[in-house]
Amino acid sequence: MRWQRHESAGGRADPALARRRVVLACFALAGLALAGRAVFLQVLNTDFLRRQGEARHLRVVSVPAHRGMIMDRNGEPLAISTPVDSVWADPGALPADRRALARLAQALGMPAERLVRRIAARREREFVYLRRHVDPATAARVMALGLPGVHLQREYRRYYPMGEVAAHVVGFTNIDDVGQEGVELGWDRWLRGEPGAKRVLKDRLGRVVRDVALLRPARPGRDLRLALDRRLQYLAYRELKAAVLRHRARGGSIVVLDARTGEVLAMANQPAYNPNRRDRGPRTARRNRAVTDVFEPGSTMKPFTVAAALESGRFRPDTPVDTRPGLLRVADATVRDIRNFGLLDVTEVVRRSSNVGAAKIALALPARRLWSVYARLGFGRATASGFPGEADGVLLDHRRWHVVEQATAAFGYGLSVTALQLARAYAALAADGRLPQVSFPRRAGNAGSERVLPARVARQVRAMLEGVVGPGGTGRRAAVPGYRVAGKTGTVRKAGPGGYSDTRYVALFAGMAPASRPRLVAVVVIDEPRAGAYYGGEVAAPVFARVMAGALRLLDVPPDAPRGPMHVALGAEAAT
Amino acid sequence: MNGGRAGLLGPDETLARRRPGLLARAHLDLPLLAGLTAVAGLGLVVLYSAAGERMEVVARQLVRLGIGFGVMVAAAQVPPAALRRWAPWLYGLGVVLLAAVMTVGETGKGAQRWLDLGLVRFQPSELMKLALPLVVAWHLADAHLPPDARRVLAAAAAIAVPVTLIALQPDLGTALVVGAAGFFALFLAGLRWRWLAGLGLAAAAGAPALWHFMHDYQRARVLTFLDPERDPLGAGYHIIQSKIAIGSGGLFGKGWLHGTQAHLEFLPERATDFIFAVLGEEFGLTGTVTLLALYLFLVLRGLHIAARAQDTFARLTAGAVSLTFLVYAFVNTGMVTGLLPVVGLPLPLVSYGGTSLVTMMAGFGILMSVHTHRKLLSPS
Repeated sequence: MRWQRHESAGGRADPALARRRVVLACFALAGLALAGRAVFLQVLNTDFLRRQGEARHLRVVSVPAHRGMIMDRNGEPLAISTPVDSVWADPGALPADRRALARLAQALGMPAERLVRRIAARREREFVYLRRHVDPATAARVMALGLPGVHLQREYRRYYPMGEVAAHVVGFTNIDDVGQEGVELGWDRWLRGEPGAKRVLKDRLGRVVRDVALLRPARPGRDLRLALDRRLQYLAYRELKAAVLRHRARGGSIVVLDARTGEVLAMANQPAYNPNRRDRGPRTARRNRAVTDVFEPGSTMKPFTVAAALESGRFRPDTPVDTRPGLLRVADATVRDIRNFGLLDVTEVVRRSSNVGAAKIALALPARRLWSVYARLGFGRATASGFPGEADGVLLDHRRWHVVEQATAAFGYGLSVTALQLARAYAALAADGRLPQVSFPRRAGNAGSERVLPARVARQVRAMLEGVVGPGGTGRRAAVPGYRVAGKTGTVRKAGPGGYSDTRYVALFAGMAPASRPRLVAVVVIDEPRAGAYYGGEVAAPVFARVMAGALRLLDVPPDAPRGPMHVALGAEAAT
Repeated sequence: MNGGRAGLLGPDETLARRRPGLLARAHLDLPLLAGLTAVAGLGLVVLYSAAGERMEVVARQLVRLGIGFGVMVAAAQVPPAALRRWAPWLYGLGVVLLAAVMTVGETGKGAQRWLDLGLVRFQPSELMKLALPLVVAWHLADAHLPPDARRVLAAAAAIAVPVTLIALQPDLGTALVVGAAGFFALFLAGLRWRWLAGLGLAAAAGAPALWHFMHDYQRARVLTFLDPERDPLGAGYHIIQSKIAIGSGGLFGKGWLHGTQAHLEFLPERATDFIFAVLGEEFGLTGTVTLLALYLFLVLRGLHIAARAQDTFARLTAGAVSLTFLVYAFVNTGMVTGLLPVVGLPLPLVSYGGTSLVTMMAGFGILMSVHTHRKLLSPS
């Protein structure tokens, strides 16, 4: 002010010139402010602002891991993961224009209404799946629209080449690639990969622009080789399904074990489902009944009763057992045979399947002794196979047995088993008294098996079981030409409200082949056959024969039967 | 001044000893030309990055720059005397067009600024950026300086009319620049300090009233300026992202085409109003200081030309045009760095866009004209 007055008072020559310094001062001030601001932002504050910037565009995202493949014992695929894309959107970034959404819906192949509703319902979110697991053509169509806020996510979809044939064993994963049933669930930790993490550069719309660093590589899941043999599995599935259809049965199961290793070579159930299209069919069809469902084993239990008798030393195969008059009163109950078999020996009790004989043998033994054989054979506890949802079955403790329970247990009532447990117990007979450990994955070597019966006893029982399949036995239709077959039929009345039913049966056959040195053990369960026939020997035994015949041939097992006209004739009969 | 037309040839003849170069004969000023070329070149480099490496954007801007330089060369040929004669007519035309915009203007981005002339769309406020300082200079050219109250009031009225019209569009940024241009002419002519103080007081007193008349988005801008974190995803988003972009550039920047904020589209308006942030992010302090230094050079050269001008009209015009350019540069960089509230002004010669570029180049043309039409033999 003072300077200005002085200037104007003194010179007054040109005020514009006089003001030049003021202008320059303002100018310098503005310049200084800007330069200072730049220094403040770019030198003093740069670290903070740089981090802020990184916080906006650097993101850690997970790298999906490939799930391990499930294969059969020969490396054939049972479950494989294929990369697919899922379409997702950030509702906030989507155009509000309904026409654009309609085009998007069309590209996705879904009704526009549903898309609009889905987006509207999740308006507040930043992530919503529009459609998961789309085929590459759809993904390309969607991305060709170039709509903002629409993205693809790489995922893996599980595909099951065998479809419903191996559905119950293999199981399935959900859309997030997590095991839900079967081996997929039971061995999920093994199959599942470890998702990796990577740092990426994302733009404002959330699109990944560049991978910056791989923080942790995705560890792919490990492959799993099952003991299952694809060929045997198909055979078992086909024959079981045919039998269930033919006999109009409610359901059925079949289990084929390797007699020496306890590996599950085939396991099929009816009804079945297609794991690739799980939206169809009832959920009950997804149960692996061979493992989860229990039934009373009926006559298939008799070999173990006899084994207990032989082990006790009080009985020999030719020890006479009087079954007259075809019924036996035990306390307030009556045990009946289908007819009066008369005077039999132990072998014939098994061959003719006499309930009275079995009960008499059981009652001649201490309850603890009988129970101990059943318990050692694994009844009443799950097989520890690792399969999810495995049932224990019921075997009451012998101290809670009354005489009636002891007598009925002898022919397989009053206790319950799964098809897998029954197969394992028969495998103990096949393996000369050693109970194998059941295994779904293929075994590298021979796992430890547990001796549960003296080898002599196991062989004697096996010889009796050969008689069942021979002339005069109940299981003649289980015979396989060229091979000696040992097995036992079972025809079980189903228990229901108000006692045992006269119309609902479970037809069973459990057996092994070749009987001289068993390789395979199989159990066939047909639940409620409703087409007339219901005897195990009529309904289940033929399934056993057909599966066994095919399996022995596929596995190149040398025939052990002496060639004779009788066997050929029987074989022909079995095949019809 | 009557001999303006005759004097057109005068300097060249009298300067026969110091033979003028090609540039001088074309009435061009080498320092200004060099400075403008440098800024425009740097601008194109930054624009290529800011526009997502699309060459066609750079090509379009190059065409605009070409037009701008053409307009500058043309303006440089017009002697100041002619400008002085045209000044009131230009001003009158500008006011009429602004009034026309109010009634029949095109609406763009929520504001009426454009006049559709059939072939081209034209922003009358751009014309006013030059016409206003010219008319104020014309008004004061023959007056005894410093001007008396009557003349100052007349000049103030001449300033107020177009500024009000532009502010009503509403285009506060341009109104500010136009008002500043007129004010600078008046200020350089000599304004009594107590009037200046009174003006300052009036502005301070009028601020609440101004607030009352502001649109909501304008109020939001002021609030956001005072506290950008108030609404970080809404009104504050621009300025926060911009500060991050500039600050994360550091001393030397992230390198050309490697600015993450800009290339990942976090930075809005990065090719236009916020292009300074792209420069800051990719070239760091080095880049920002270089550009500011270039602007400084241009303005200083402009003020030098004003100081050497031979009559009041030329001096006032040159000074006002230079200072207006300074306002442009300062308001834009101040806004982008968070020093000033968000006002939609482009970064001169760098931002993508045409209209203000052409006006600005015309202004530089006037500066060159002022400088190259001097009568060297008769300085007084």
